[in-house]
Amino acid sequence: MKDNWRNNYRIVAPIKGLVHRFAYLGLVLAAAALMLLGKADVLLVERARTHITDALAPILDVLSRPIATAAELADQVAVMIDLHAENDRLREERARLLHWQTVARRLDAENKAFRDLLNFKPVSDSTFITARVIADSGGAFANSLVVNAGSRDGVDKGQAAVTGEGLVGRIHGVGARSARVLLITDLNSRIPALIESTNTRAILAGNNSERPYLIYPPSGAAVSLGDRIVSSGHGGAFPPGLPIGVVALISDGGIEVEPYVKRDRIEYVRVVNFGLKGILQSPRERAPGAETRQP
Amino acid sequence: MRPTLWQRLDAVARNLTPFGLTLVLVIFSVVPLHLPDFQRVAPGLALMAVYHWAIYRPNLLPASIVFLIGVLQDALTGMPLGVSALVFLTVYGVVLSQRRFFAGKSFVIVWLGFALVAAGAAVQSWLLVSVFNTAFLNPKAAFYQYVVTVGAFPLLAWIFLRWQRTFLRLE
Repeated sequence: MKDNWRNNYRIVAPIKGLVHRFAYLGLVLAAAALMLLGKADVLLVERARTHITDALAPILDVLSRPIATAAELADQVAVMIDLHAENDRLREERARLLHWQTVARRLDAENKAFRDLLNFKPVSDSTFITARVIADSGGAFANSLVVNAGSRDGVDKGQAAVTGEGLVGRIHGVGARSARVLLITDLNSRIPALIESTNTRAILAGNNSERPYLIYPPSGAAVSLGDRIVSSGHGGAFPPGLPIGVVALISDGGIEVEPYVKRDRIEYVRVVNFGLKGILQSPRERAPGAETRQP
Repeated sequence: MRPTLWQRLDAVARNLTPFGLTLVLVIFSVVPLHLPDFQRVAPGLALMAVYHWAIYRPNLLPASIVFLIGVLQDALTGMPLGVSALVFLTVYGVVLSQRRFFAGKSFVIVWLGFALVAAGAAVQSWLLVSVFNTAFLNPKAAFYQYVVTVGAFPLLAWIFLRWQRTFLRLE
């Protein structure tokens, strides 16, 4: 009996080893093939990704809640600690904002008058969906969020995700109950932007670091530190004027922009449908050529 | 004596736990923690799991499962599909080929081994993602992530070892 087993073992073991080795090599090739497929057929692979994320969305939703609550508690403690300083700051800010309010009222009235003069029809039929962030897959290699609203809530590819501070990113993939937001810091993010003070156009490109940078500014464009960067509305992806960030560093390497939105602070985003179809609806939405069209 | 149905179910359930734990880690690693600047350097939890189980119980975490875990991680994090799968399989293969070396070694050696393997994995991911995007990625974030991953390894390894001693008897 024992001999028999030993004999069997002597024959079976090498075969088993061989099978294992081939299975391993097969899996390595499969992984490489998956990468190539991701290059060749973006839509197919993105759809697969969306399905997987969508299936796990309920789990992520449940997991993210207690952690968000804990973070909120920690925030509250921090707020308690510097309540006094915060109060002073807010008082100062209020005085400044009151001034701005008068300016805004005046401008609003002026605007209305001009519109009447021009018979201008405003495009203000934007709707928004508030969604919770259920996954933040940061890391060195990709920068995206998953939110718990999907196509059944009206989220569609190409819509802008914003918070009160500014632009977060745009909707990249949509499942039934979840959607992926490609952050403006992601390597594949290209947003037509405007340097507000000089009305200069450029493209805001992500590079997976915390600061995206401006590419293709017209030669001789005047940029200075602290300039506000807003979306330009070109390419029909976003409406003009969404705040993005401020110029934080100008060097030979490029113009770095510090986004207004701090990624670890994002708990809810508003997915805004501005009713703009834009170029992002086309299947080749990643092709930067379409977005970098310059006048 | 033949084990009863319950005993067999129990054994199957226990043997599924390395896979289950790894799965939980993959999902947990994308949950937003709202810690300042943490998400950029969040440790590669799944990588630690693959390394640990490849050393101690490779039969409970076969290559096919490692592949699936990698694909899942790619899908959730938004990385190109296949990158983590390839990296995890490489780690798995390297560790299995050196398994005899790790047998009976002290934890410090296992940790040092992880530091080496994780460095290889970081470089491999960086290269793969750079090639995939045909862009030069800034290696800084990948480096910090590597440091955090190596630093966090003992904690997770301790949990795994405890788990393994409690629930997974040697076959």
